[in-house]
Amino acid sequence: MAAKDDLGRRGEDLAARFLEASGYTVIDRNWRCARGEIDLVARDGNDTVFIEVKTRSSTAFGHPFEAITTQKLARLKRLAMAWTQAHPYRRGPMRIDAIAVIAAAGEQPRIEHLRRVF
Amino acid sequence: MAVGRTQAVALLGLHGAIVEIEADYSSQLPKFILIGLPDAALGEARDRVLAAAANSGCDLPSRRLTVNLSPAALPKQGSGFDLGIALATLAAAGIVSSRSIAEVVHLGELGLDGRLRPITGILPAVSAAAAAGFEAVMVPTGNADEASLVPGIRVIAVASLREAAIRHGAEFEPVDVEPILIAHPEPEQEEDLDLADVIGNDDAVEAMIVAAAGGHHAFLLGPPGSGKTMLAARLPGLLPDLDAATALDVSSIRSLSGLAVGDALVTRPPLESPHHTATAAALLGGGSKQIRPGAAARASGGVLFLDEAPEFNSSVLDALRQPLESGVISIHRANAVAHFPGRFQLVLAANPCPCGQYGARDSECTCTPSARRRYLGRLSGPLLDRIDIQLRVQRITSAQLKLAREGTRITSAAARVRVTAARECAAERLAGTPWTVNSQVPGFWLRGPHARLGGVVTASIDRALERGGITMRGYDRVLRLSWTLADLDHADSPSADHVGRALYLRKALSA
Repeated sequence: MAAKDDLGRRGEDLAARFLEASGYTVIDRNWRCARGEIDLVARDGNDTVFIEVKTRSSTAFGHPFEAITTQKLARLKRLAMAWTQAHPYRRGPMRIDAIAVIAAAGEQPRIEHLRRVF
Repeated sequence: MAVGRTQAVALLGLHGAIVEIEADYSSQLPKFILIGLPDAALGEARDRVLAAAANSGCDLPSRRLTVNLSPAALPKQGSGFDLGIALATLAAAGIVSSRSIAEVVHLGELGLDGRLRPITGILPAVSAAAAAGFEAVMVPTGNADEASLVPGIRVIAVASLREAAIRHGAEFEPVDVEPILIAHPEPEQEEDLDLADVIGNDDAVEAMIVAAAGGHHAFLLGPPGSGKTMLAARLPGLLPDLDAATALDVSSIRSLSGLAVGDALVTRPPLESPHHTATAAALLGGGSKQIRPGAAARASGGVLFLDEAPEFNSSVLDALRQPLESGVISIHRANAVAHFPGRFQLVLAANPCPCGQYGARDSECTCTPSARRRYLGRLSGPLLDRIDIQLRVQRITSAQLKLAREGTRITSAAARVRVTAARECAAERLAGTPWTVNSQVPGFWLRGPHARLGGVVTASIDRALERGGITMRGYDRVLRLSWTLADLDHADSPSADHVGRALYLRKALSA
């Protein structure tokens, strides 16, 4: 596995732990369909939350959030629809969140969470 | 995070409106939104501000930044809002003090390296800030001289965004940068145009002095080589220095046109001589978004000289009628109306016919009578109606040249003394009226109880009026000129001789 995939994997683990600690229940990870992949799906009270996790080892090439483009969000929205179709028993409001993980080598990783980005 | 709030100035013509700049960070994906009717140059402030902030060592949050320019409905142009936007953003990010920036008006364009670039229109913008009651304005170092010309407001000159941020309480290390200054053109060579250069043509020289003394518009008709251009170019030299308010207006227009203002207000009356292919927009001002002043506005307070007047598009010439009447140039566009001062003295010059030789003593005219009539017919009646002095000038003869070598000629300096004295005379006489120079006085006042002349004095024009030689409007113009001639002679009121000379100054077209 390439180093960047390792970093992404680690970021997703950190994000999942962060969400659990904030009272979310992670119900799905790396859910795939023909159109792509959702990093995390969690439950926050009544909301079904689809989360895009972006991990970087430094901000030298920009903040992780800056890499989440409008196109990426639009794709995430389509994927969220696909996920709900595949899980018809899950009802209730949906939303899309973004989590940035900045994991510099040898430092405590920094996690930022933006709610309702789309 | 708090909302950062500060002020800048939006210019519409010479009128500046205070614009409030608000910046707010919200918890959303990073984006920079600029709202409040920015034009293209102002829309690009986004990229300049972000780059300048990064290169000044400011770590801005990666969140959604919304910058609002209010009043939202007022169209805003140009790059002068950059500094205000940057500081409001830094305040929203908690880097500079919100309270400190709220009390200051900020003007200036940012370079990507964070240095501040001078902008045009600083003078009217700072005047507007002072008029709105602000105590301090922050401007780029390159504009400091110009901004300090406005009384009653403290000018803070900064060279870079970093320096501006430090002034407002940011904890940065000061870094010395080389300030960006205005590229000053070589100081305009004060062309030595003296009235003494004009030889022969004593009538015309006298007519120019009369025009200067009474503020009368003038029309010079004569063959090529008779010195029309030479005379007109010397008129500004005869006018007295500008008063404080006019000097500020003239300097503001220069500033708005992007011309150098320097460290002192312009005190000499300007001369503008647009080419005859000028459009109405070039002459009066125009532009769809940013409304810029034209030649007539730049000539306000001085002389607008239109050489070869019949060659101008007649609609362009007639567009001058409104400023001639009101002294204000108003330019209407879909989204705004801009007003510029338009109190210029108009000097028109024309050849008598297309070939130029008609009426010359030494050559033959080859134009047909109808061509001749059509040529001067391009100057509309209503326009000529507003011109007091209409003078025919002739080429000088060798005899006149010889005579002129021997005699003494009046210099501009001497003429200006006469003009100033005559203007003082008129101002004293017109004290308590809304007018200061004779050209502004309407006919009813000249014929009214304050200025009525005896029948003996006006006998010549009374007769001309009876015969139909002049119209009632022409009659008033002769009276107006008579008063100026009397002022130049330090007479209490015009004599029959003054009226006779005034009639002579009107006869170019009727002769």
